[in-house]
Amino acid sequence: MANFTPISAAIGGALIGLSAVLLMLLNGRIAGITGVFAGLIDPLSTDRAWRATFVAGLIAAPLSAVLLGYTIPIPHMPTSFVTIAAAGLLVGFGTRLSNGCTSGHGICGIARLSPRSVTATAIFMVAAIVVVALTRHVIGG
Amino acid sequence: MRALASLICGFIFGWGLFISGMILPDKVLDFLDIFAIPRGNWDPSLAVVMAAALAVTAAGYALARRRTPVFEAQNQWPTQTAIDGPLVVGSVAFGVGWGLVGLCPGPALVNLASLSPGVIVFVVAMAVGTIGHDFWYARNIAPDARTLAAAGAADG
Repeated sequence: MANFTPISAAIGGALIGLSAVLLMLLNGRIAGITGVFAGLIDPLSTDRAWRATFVAGLIAAPLSAVLLGYTIPIPHMPTSFVTIAAAGLLVGFGTRLSNGCTSGHGICGIARLSPRSVTATAIFMVAAIVVVALTRHVIGG
Repeated sequence: MRALASLICGFIFGWGLFISGMILPDKVLDFLDIFAIPRGNWDPSLAVVMAAALAVTAAGYALARRRTPVFEAQNQWPTQTAIDGPLVVGSVAFGVGWGLVGLCPGPALVNLASLSPGVIVFVVAMAVGTIGHDFWYARNIAPDARTLAAAGAADG
């Protein structure tokens, strides 16, 4: 487990939790990126301002890290834009259909002990594990 | 003030994803790769991120349940409880997409800071999938825009 980084993972996770708690204490909202993003881009949305600033905050985080001497990593992605676009479509449609993603279901939902969110998280984890097993060890392996 | 509060929350959330390495698709895929467990190079970091986030959120939500929010009249706790077809099908679709690239919505948005073409393609596709769902939903399930807004307010 040479690539295991428990300390930075625990600090980062605690910050994510802090953000979720603050958003509820201040604005009374669930910190679910799916809902925030959808309500920002949906043509029918009437409640955009706080969603826009939340997303701006997300993007500002690595930019501010540059000031502290960090570099913004270029994410390693599949070479095929077709694969990337297909994955993006699945993530966008799927999270909207099930009303949440790793944050809304995986963190905020499980923290509320919602059986719906526990179920959703178990399903998307297993689906992702199966896909990674196939792409890394069956097709690409 | 609501917008400023959520800017700060988004900023903290983004730092959490950045510090933990969860914006790196390879690190996420190294967690999802269970064949790495017997090989000894599995990366359990994502589980630690979730455990820490859950501990803080559960404790903080216990406090939030007893209060009204500072800048709103009341907390908007999710109301849906049904474990139904859309929840299952949507979760499968999301999991497949997540496993293909290693990006879920939060890290995808944070990674826009890199201006990487791959990330931009992913986020645009994610937006198309989201809006595509809403048009499909409005056309076939609930032509009433308020119903759609209510559905979107659930869960997160």
